[in-house]
Amino acid sequence: MHELGIVVEVVKQVEELAKHNNVDKVIELTIEVGEVSGVIKEYFEDAFKWFIKKSEYMKECKLVYVPIQGISYCEDCKNTYPTTKYGKECPKCHSPHTYLVSGQEVLIKDIKVQNKEN
Amino acid sequence: MEDIKTIIVNRSAYANNDLEADLLRDYLFDHRTFLINVMSSPGAGKTTTLIKLINALKDTFKIGVMEADIDSDVDAINVAKETGVKSIQLHTSGMCHLDAGMTKTGLDEIGANDLDLVFLENVGNLVCPAEFDTGATMDMVILSIPEGDDKPLKYPLIFQKCDLVLINKIDTKQYFDFDFDKCNEMIHYRNPNATVINISALTGENINLVKDYLVKRIREWR
Ligand SMILES: Nc1nc2c(ncn2[C@@H]2O[C@H](COP(=O)(O)OP(=O)(O)OP(=O)(O)O)[C@@H](O)[C@H]2O)c(=O)[nH]1
Ligand SMILES: [Mg+2]
Ligand SMILES: [Zn+2]
Repeated sequence: MHELGIVVEVVKQVEELAKHNNVDKVIELTIEVGEVSGVIKEYFEDAFKWFIKKSEYMKECKLVYVPIQGISYCEDCKNTYPTTKYGKECPKCHSPHTYLVSGQEVLIKDIKVQNKEN
Repeated sequence: MEDIKTIIVNRSAYANNDLEADLLRDYLFDHRTFLINVMSSPGAGKTTTLIKLINALKDTFKIGVMEADIDSDVDAINVAKETGVKSIQLHTSGMCHLDAGMTKTGLDEIGANDLDLVFLENVGNLVCPAEFDTGATMDMVILSIPEGDDKPLKYPLIFQKCDLVLINKIDTKQYFDFDFDKCNEMIHYRNPNATVINISALTGENINLVKDYLVKRIREWR
């Protein structure tokens, strides 16, 4: 369910871009999705496939899904480490004073667009 | 011949919504309408709390309520019956959260220009509503005792971005091992500025404290 909300927003933005740039259709979309963004790849892809049927420019759009690793930073020993492996606690000094530096984002990287000869 | 090119976008999937939300906050300020986004898990007590709060506040402010249920209008009907204030059902078409666009549509429908205070009961869910800014003036989270004291640890984002946390159903605390100190500590670790108030929406305990907090905040904002 959560994935659908993000797909709707992504498709809305790409459609606006396509219109703005006067393109014929969008044939490929690359998104970067953080490991700890709460998005599940398979759900996202399913929602995407279903939702673009209703779009104007993206009916045949291929989705390139790039996962981004979750990285946390420890305030006490300045160490960075993979979040999904160790969670909130720093594996080096066991401090809980850590925060996420990457892995929460859903980023529209780029789109490949096609224009008919005019 | 067909011409293919790549357009670099590099934009967050939430960017547009963030813009719309900021715009909405400006609009609300211009009309002096204070909008409170109410979030919680299903059944934590959003509707019950709102009914008590509205009855405590309705002599002070002109109030409206927007209820976002995925597929029913029981909450909207219930609130209208119990408080007498204007209440509408928002249509989320199956979505797990409200965005700023849907919120604006609801505000137009309810006629928010003439209201001082609007409550928005978001979809019952601790994940998705936290990620989409509704454009509300204030965010409030309700956590109920039976859910456990570890929720701020498991769902950090929603506790991080809210102004007020109500710990509800304190009338049931003897049946659960809910640790208030630990819970408070976790909320403040994530969000040092959050205000936490323990309430029972059922018995009405401490609803007056929430009322005082809101009256003060709204008066300062205006
Ligand atoms: N014991 C006790 N029960 C409560 C309290 N507040 C709410 N409840 C009960 O909890 C149940 C759910 O309350 P609601 O107010 O409908 O919760 P909600 O968050 O609006 O639920 P959804 O809209 O379905 O997500 C109801 O049976 C309420 O009577 C409380 O303070 N104490
Ligand atoms: Mg409800
Ligand atoms: Zn460390």
